[in-house]
Amino acid sequence: MTDFPLLSILTFVPLVGAVLILAFIRDDDPEVEARNARFTALWTSIAVFLVSLVLWFNFDKTTAEFQWVEKVEWMPAFGISYHMGVDGISVLFVLLTTLLVPICILASWEAIKERVKEYMICFLILETFMIGMFSALDMMLFYIFFEAVLIPMFIIIGIWGGKERVYAAFKMFLYTLLGSVLMLIAMLAMYYDAGTTDMTVLLTHTFPSEMQKWMWLAFFASFAIKVPMWPVHTWLPDAHVQAPTAGSVILAGVLLKFGGYGFLRFSLPMMPEASVYFTPLVYTLSVIAVVYTSLVALAQEDMKKLIAYSSIAHMGFVTIGTFTLNVQGVEGAIYQMLSHGVVSAALFLCVGVVYDRMHTRDIDAYGGLVHRMPAYAIAFMVFTMASIGLPGTGGFVGEVLVLVGAFKANSWVAALAMLGVILGAAYMLFLYRRIIFGELTKENLMKIKDMSRREWAIFAPLLIITIWMGVYPVVFLDFMHVSVENLLNQVQTSLAASTSVQMAGQ
Amino acid sequence: MAEMPNLIPALPELFLAGVIMLLLMFGVFQKGGLKDNDEGVYRMVSILAIVALFIAGALLWPSAGPKTLTFADMFITDMFAVFTKGLVIVAGALGILMSRDFMERHHVARFEFPILILFATLGMMLMISANDLISLYMGLEMQSLSLYVMASIQREDNRATEAGLKYFVLGAVASGLLLYGSSLVYGFAGTTNFDALAGLFASNADVPTGLVIGIVFILAGLAFKVSAVPFHMWTPDVYEGAPTPVTAFFAVAPKIAALALFVRVMVGPFGDLIDQWQQIIILISIASMVLGALAAINQRNIKRLMAYSSIGHVGYALVGLAAGTEEGTRGILIYLAIYLVMNVGTFACILCMRKGGRMVEDIDDLAGLGKTNPMLAATIVVFMFSLAGIPPLAGFFGKLYVFLAAVEAGLFVLAIIGVVTSVIGAFYYLRIIKVMYFDDPIDSLDTPIGKELTLVIASTSFIIVLFFVYPTPILAGAATAAASLFAG
Repeated sequence: MTDFPLLSILTFVPLVGAVLILAFIRDDDPEVEARNARFTALWTSIAVFLVSLVLWFNFDKTTAEFQWVEKVEWMPAFGISYHMGVDGISVLFVLLTTLLVPICILASWEAIKERVKEYMICFLILETFMIGMFSALDMMLFYIFFEAVLIPMFIIIGIWGGKERVYAAFKMFLYTLLGSVLMLIAMLAMYYDAGTTDMTVLLTHTFPSEMQKWMWLAFFASFAIKVPMWPVHTWLPDAHVQAPTAGSVILAGVLLKFGGYGFLRFSLPMMPEASVYFTPLVYTLSVIAVVYTSLVALAQEDMKKLIAYSSIAHMGFVTIGTFTLNVQGVEGAIYQMLSHGVVSAALFLCVGVVYDRMHTRDIDAYGGLVHRMPAYAIAFMVFTMASIGLPGTGGFVGEVLVLVGAFKANSWVAALAMLGVILGAAYMLFLYRRIIFGELTKENLMKIKDMSRREWAIFAPLLIITIWMGVYPVVFLDFMHVSVENLLNQVQTSLAASTSVQMAGQ
Repeated sequence: MAEMPNLIPALPELFLAGVIMLLLMFGVFQKGGLKDNDEGVYRMVSILAIVALFIAGALLWPSAGPKTLTFADMFITDMFAVFTKGLVIVAGALGILMSRDFMERHHVARFEFPILILFATLGMMLMISANDLISLYMGLEMQSLSLYVMASIQREDNRATEAGLKYFVLGAVASGLLLYGSSLVYGFAGTTNFDALAGLFASNADVPTGLVIGIVFILAGLAFKVSAVPFHMWTPDVYEGAPTPVTAFFAVAPKIAALALFVRVMVGPFGDLIDQWQQIIILISIASMVLGALAAINQRNIKRLMAYSSIGHVGYALVGLAAGTEEGTRGILIYLAIYLVMNVGTFACILCMRKGGRMVEDIDDLAGLGKTNPMLAATIVVFMFSLAGIPPLAGFFGKLYVFLAAVEAGLFVLAIIGVVTSVIGAFYYLRIIKVMYFDDPIDSLDTPIGKELTLVIASTSFIIVLFFVYPTPILAGAATAAASLFAG
C-alpha cells in the first residue's frame, strides 16, 4: 500500500534545493552568490515546512497505524525496501525538524560569511537525512539516514566552527560512529533472525531472550552516545561549543532526539525483555546524568557549555521517562524531547544573538544587558523559565509527566531526578542573572543593540510554541497518545508471552 | 591427432593474446626506431588497447552461462569468472586511460606500457579461470611479471626501480611458496585439478597433515598477492615508489584478480576443508583490518596511506571469505566492484596533485584545496567518506554485505572487530578532509586537470554517490556469480 508520497517529498525537497544551489548559483560577485544561496535555502526550507503542515492537520490521531506509508522494492535480494511512514511517535519529530531548519538558516544569515553556498548545501542535506531518519520504516534505511547525518554535521562543525573545531568535529564523528557500527552488527543479527529489515514486521517479531540482551546492548551503545548519556556524553559539550550557532541548534534540537527516538522505536518494542532487564542500568546512568551534569553546569564559564550540560541533564529525564514503561513516563519523555528541542534550540540562539555582537561566549564578559536589550531579556527569560520547567512553559509538562511516571515505577529514581530540577533552576537562574541583570559596567557593552527584526522572526515562533506547549499540551499529547498506548501494549504482551513460556518451561 | 579443445569459453583470452602480439608489432614498426615518435605511437596503442579490452569484455558474453570446462579441464568459465573478469577488464581500461596525462608529462610515454597492462590483464583473466594448480600458477606469473616491469617503467627514477626490484624479489618468494604448496598438495592428493581435489575431500574425512601444510603454503602465496597481513610488507614501498598511474592499477586490478582466485581456490577444491583454513583466514583478516587502520594514521604520503588503506580493505573482503558461504562470496564480489570504483576515483584525484608541474604526494599538499579547487575537493570528500564506509555512499554497502555474511556465519567477534577498525580507519580518511577544508591553503595545485582524469573522477564519484539509488545490477550480478561458484 502506498499513499501520497508526502514523506518522500519532505525528505528529498531539501536535497533538490541543495542540488539547485550547487548547480545554478554561481556569480562573479561573491556577495550576490551568497545572497542567492541564502534565499534559495530559506525558501526551500520554508516550503518544506509549509508542506509538512499537512502532517499536522491531516494526521489521524485515532490510530496507531503508520500513516503516509510508502513502500518500494530497493534491494530485493536482501528484502530491503524503501519504506517510509510516520506514527504518533515520529510525526512530531518530523515537524520539529522542518520547523527548526528554516530558523537555523535565518540564524546563520549574517553569522556565516564564508563559503555560504557550501554551508547552505550542508544544511539542506542535513535536513534530508534528519527527516528521512524519523520517517524510515526499514531498518537499513533508518541506519543509513542515522549515520549519514554525521557527514554534513562533521563538515558544519569543522569548517564553520570555533577555534577547537577540528578536535570537536573528530570527536563527535568518531564517538557516534563507534556507537552506530555496533548497532549495525545488531541490526544484521536481527535481520538474520527475523529474515527481514521491515520495521513493521520486526515490531511484532519476538527475538530469543539471550539474543535480546546482546542486541539491546549494541543499540544502547549507539543511542546512549547519541542522547548522550553519562559517561559517554563528553563529545557533546565540545561539539556544542565549537559548532556555529545553527549547528548547535540542530544538534540540540534534533540530533539528540535520535537517541531517544531510537529507544522508543527499537529498544522498547523489539527487545522488551532486555529493556526490562536493563532498566536499572538506564535509571542509574540517567540519575547520575541528571545530578552530575547539573552540578557541572553550575561551574561553567562558557554560555554554550552550560547549556550543553543542561541538555545532557534534560535528556536524562527523557531516558528515565522512556524506561518507566508507563503511559505518563513515555509520553513525558516524548514531550520533554519536543519541548527541549524547541527550548534548547532557542537558548543556543539566544547565545548566538550576543555572540554575533560581541564574539565571546564568556559569561563574565556580559552583565546588565537588560539595560540595553530589554526585548532580548524577555525572550531569554521565557526560554530560561522553560528550561527550568516553570508551569506554563513546555518544559513543565514534560518534566511533570516524566516524574509522575517515574514515581509509579520507582520512587527513588523520581526523588533523585527531582534533585535535578532544583539544580536546573539554580544554574539557569545563575546564568540569567550574570548575563542580563546587574550593572552595565563593561565598556564594550555600552553600545550593544537590541534584537533586529530578523532575530525577532527567529524567536517569535519558538516563543509561541514554548508557551503553547505549556498552556495547552493536549494538542500535542493527542498526537502521540494512541501510538504510545499501542507501544506499551506491545511491550506488555510480549513480556507476558515470554513469562508464560518460562512458566511452561519450569 | 588430439581432439581440438573447445575454444569458445576462452575466446576473450585468445582474442586478447592475439591483439597483444599485433599491437607489439604495430608499435615497433610504427615507431620505426625514431625517438621523437614515442608519444604518437603511445597514444595510438593506448586507444587500440582500450578498444581491445572492450571487445574482450563483449566476448565474455558467450561464456555467461553455466559452468564450462575446456583445455583438459584446466580452464573454467562460469558466472563468477565472468563477473570478476568484467571488473578486471574495466580496471585495465581505466588504468590505461588514467595514465596518459602522467606518462606524457614524465616523458615515459612508451607504447609498451599499455601492452604491459594488456598482458597483466590477460594473466589475471587466466588466473580467474584457472581450474588447476598449474594453470593458476601460469596465470599468476604472467600477471606478476608484467607488474614487476610496470613498477619500474620509469627507469631513470631511483624509487621506481627500487620498488620494481623489491616487488620482484618478494613476489618471487611468494610464487615459490605457492609452487611449493602446490607440489605438496600434488604429492599427498595425487592431482592438481580443482574438481578432482574437491571430489577427494568431499568423501574423505581425515586429511593428511602434509596436505594441510601444502594448503597453508598456497594460502601464504595468495595472501602475499592480495597483500594481506603478515605478507603485506612490500605494499607501502611499492605503492609509494611506483609511478602513480601504475600504483592506481596495482591497487585495483591485481587485488581483484587475486581475491577472486583466493575465493575460487578456498571454496572450490578446498571447500570441504573449511575447518582447516577458516581460522587462518579469520586471523589474517583481523590482522589486515587492524594494521590497515592503525598503520595508516601516521602516514604523511598519500600513496603510502592508500597502501595501508588497501591492506585494510583486503581485510574486510576476507571477512566474506572467512564466512565461507555463498553470502560471503556475494559480499566479496559486491565489495570488489565498489572497491574498484572508489580506488580508481581516489587515485585519479591523486594524479591531479601537481604543483608547478611536479607531482606531489604529501597529504599536506592538499591543504586548503576546498578553497582553491572546490570541485576536486568535493569529490575527494566523497571518496574519503566512501572509503570510510559512511552511508549513503557506496563504500558502506560493500562493508554491509560482508559483515552480513559474517553475522550469518556466526562470526560475531570478527564482525565486531571489523566495524571497530572501520571507525579507527575513519580517522585518517577524515584527516584528509580536514586538511582540505579546515586548514588554510599554502599554494594551490596546478590546473587544469587532464580531460581523461576529469572524466574518470566525474564518473566514479557519480557512481559512488548514486549507487544507493539503483544498486540492483551489481547486487544481482554478484548474487548469480556467487551462486555459480556454489552450484557444485
